[in-house]
Amino acid sequence: MMSEFAFPPGLIMVLGAMLIPLLGERQRLFALLGLPVLTLGAVWGLPADASVQLAFLDYTLEPVRSTAEGRLFATVFAIMAFAGGLYAHRQATTTELTAAFVYAGSAIGVTFAGDLLTLFVFWEVMALGSTVVVWSGGTQTAYRAGIRYLLIHLLGGVVLMVGIVAHAIDTGSLNFTAMQPESLGTWLILFGFLVNAGAPPLSAWIPDAYPEASPSGTVFLSAFTTKTAVFALLVGFPGADILVPIGLYMVFYGIIYALLENDMRRILAYSIVNQVGFMVAAIGIGTSIALNGAAAHAFAHIIYKALLLMSAGSVLLMTGKRKCTDLGGLFQSMPITATHGIIGALSISAFPFTSGFVTKSLETQAAANEGMLLVWLLLLAASAGVFLHAGIKFPWFVFFQKDSGLRPPEAPANLRLAMWLFSFLCLAIGIYPQPLYAILPYPIDYQPYTVDHLVTQFQVLLFAGFAFFIMLKQMRRTLTISLDFDWFYRKFFNEIGNEFTGRTSIARGIQEQKAVAAIGRVIDKLYRHHGPQGILARAWPTGSMVIWVAVMLGLSLVLYYI
Amino acid sequence: MNTPRKDPKTQTGQDERKHWLYRSENLPKLWLIQIVILVLALLPEFFIHHHAHIEQSGFTLDTSFGFFAWYGFIACTGMVALAKILGIFLKRKDTYYDE
Repeated sequence: MMSEFAFPPGLIMVLGAMLIPLLGERQRLFALLGLPVLTLGAVWGLPADASVQLAFLDYTLEPVRSTAEGRLFATVFAIMAFAGGLYAHRQATTTELTAAFVYAGSAIGVTFAGDLLTLFVFWEVMALGSTVVVWSGGTQTAYRAGIRYLLIHLLGGVVLMVGIVAHAIDTGSLNFTAMQPESLGTWLILFGFLVNAGAPPLSAWIPDAYPEASPSGTVFLSAFTTKTAVFALLVGFPGADILVPIGLYMVFYGIIYALLENDMRRILAYSIVNQVGFMVAAIGIGTSIALNGAAAHAFAHIIYKALLLMSAGSVLLMTGKRKCTDLGGLFQSMPITATHGIIGALSISAFPFTSGFVTKSLETQAAANEGMLLVWLLLLAASAGVFLHAGIKFPWFVFFQKDSGLRPPEAPANLRLAMWLFSFLCLAIGIYPQPLYAILPYPIDYQPYTVDHLVTQFQVLLFAGFAFFIMLKQMRRTLTISLDFDWFYRKFFNEIGNEFTGRTSIARGIQEQKAVAAIGRVIDKLYRHHGPQGILARAWPTGSMVIWVAVMLGLSLVLYYI
Repeated sequence: MNTPRKDPKTQTGQDERKHWLYRSENLPKLWLIQIVILVLALLPEFFIHHHAHIEQSGFTLDTSFGFFAWYGFIACTGMVALAKILGIFLKRKDTYYDE
């Protein structure tokens, strides 16, 4: 293929999505499954060093640049769109499907962006597409959460754009390549990327917005935005030291908040922050095994997190309930959905023979190789914590715990089919990781299945599970949410705003009264002097005038005489 | 572990027998299974020797008996406790933001 004609693979889905509203139900399924396959073909059909360059003002744009990282992420995004389309096509609205495919396509656009401007354009299209997916939840809550979501991403986008401009002025180039946060421009770009990764302080948009979407909408949302940010950090800021503490914070933030949470899909949303934290920390470590780990973990994570949310979405669809306090005992009537949920839960916990085991361990190994003792110990504790907050907590409270008495039937066939596909991938990658290892950005020489690794991993996880059941009473679900940074923009500034409005309106009222009173007084005075009874409006008798003239003449006579 | 709560709202019908997971006489069995699994997980400790994961730091605790077991356990209880404490300050009714 001549590189001059390389078509941006992301545009296949972005443009193809425009067809979705026009198609009938059968052709629509065909498009939903065909477009991702076509994209996958385009991704792997591009030569490994394909590049399209355009001159723009004084800069060079590169809308297509084929890299190992980009191909890896584009591949999993396309797989995700395929399974998501399959999962969604029966019950999702046309708006949601169209928006989801624009969103997925623009995420793939980012992975092929060779310059920062192209990246920015796709970045913003993603923000718009995903907002429409949130809105497709169709409730007033979803609408409001979508607005908050959009505002956060527009803020992140503006900061990113300012950073790109500053960086372009500094370096004279828009080339998207490895940077270090050392100038204003690069710091702002880093901030822009981190907003989408769910880094502190702006992490709350993930658990705020994602769980308000429809069952299938949340599945789409979980995959693209945060992982595109991981891709951008992986290419843009490998080895930036600041990412290690940021990542570790996200890891524990996700665990703690998920432990406190009652809404099943919010538990999984917090766990996205937790998982992305592992990747961000690995990118901060920055060695080739760490970057491979981040990329591989992102790949595996998209699949098992989507699987978990598909299983949660099936429960929501069949029961209409989303709180752990309302659920429980569903394994009796939804055994297939429960099995898929458990496979996803084992994968996210990095249980041996699942995709998490062969990918996340690259990251902890990277910390060990660099002699980062504290980081290694924290990541190890966090691995146990993942099993605690997602690996057991989610399946336990949804499918087991008390018997809620709910006996919903299994989810429809297309939902089950999508879950089968992803369960298969979770286990296939776990048992046979070589194909995934082969497409990682750097050459890799790593053997996940050693006796030592298996034994230690089993011990960490099983004893974490033991801790869960011992402390089960402490984790009784309550009808609560947990305050987060979003309190500032949902409550604090809102209250301040209300307070300000209240006080200023009182002050204005007082000023208004004063002004009205002052005007009233002027009118009164005028009336008193010029009104019908006013002294200046009175008719004067001729006699008195003659007297006054005589007095004045007399006075002037006296003055003259003096 | 999973004491079933007798919910009057349960609409499953009287004739359906409780699943064996929810019968209280099975509770000790479930605990026993779990203990057996944990012991099995610890057994290899007698046969294999762990090498230090981070040799250059001089940290050798991870070569000691059952380090990964007790570390995983302590880490989890610690996190649950931390969540409990933070929950005192952070938890609000789930209608908190509704107007």
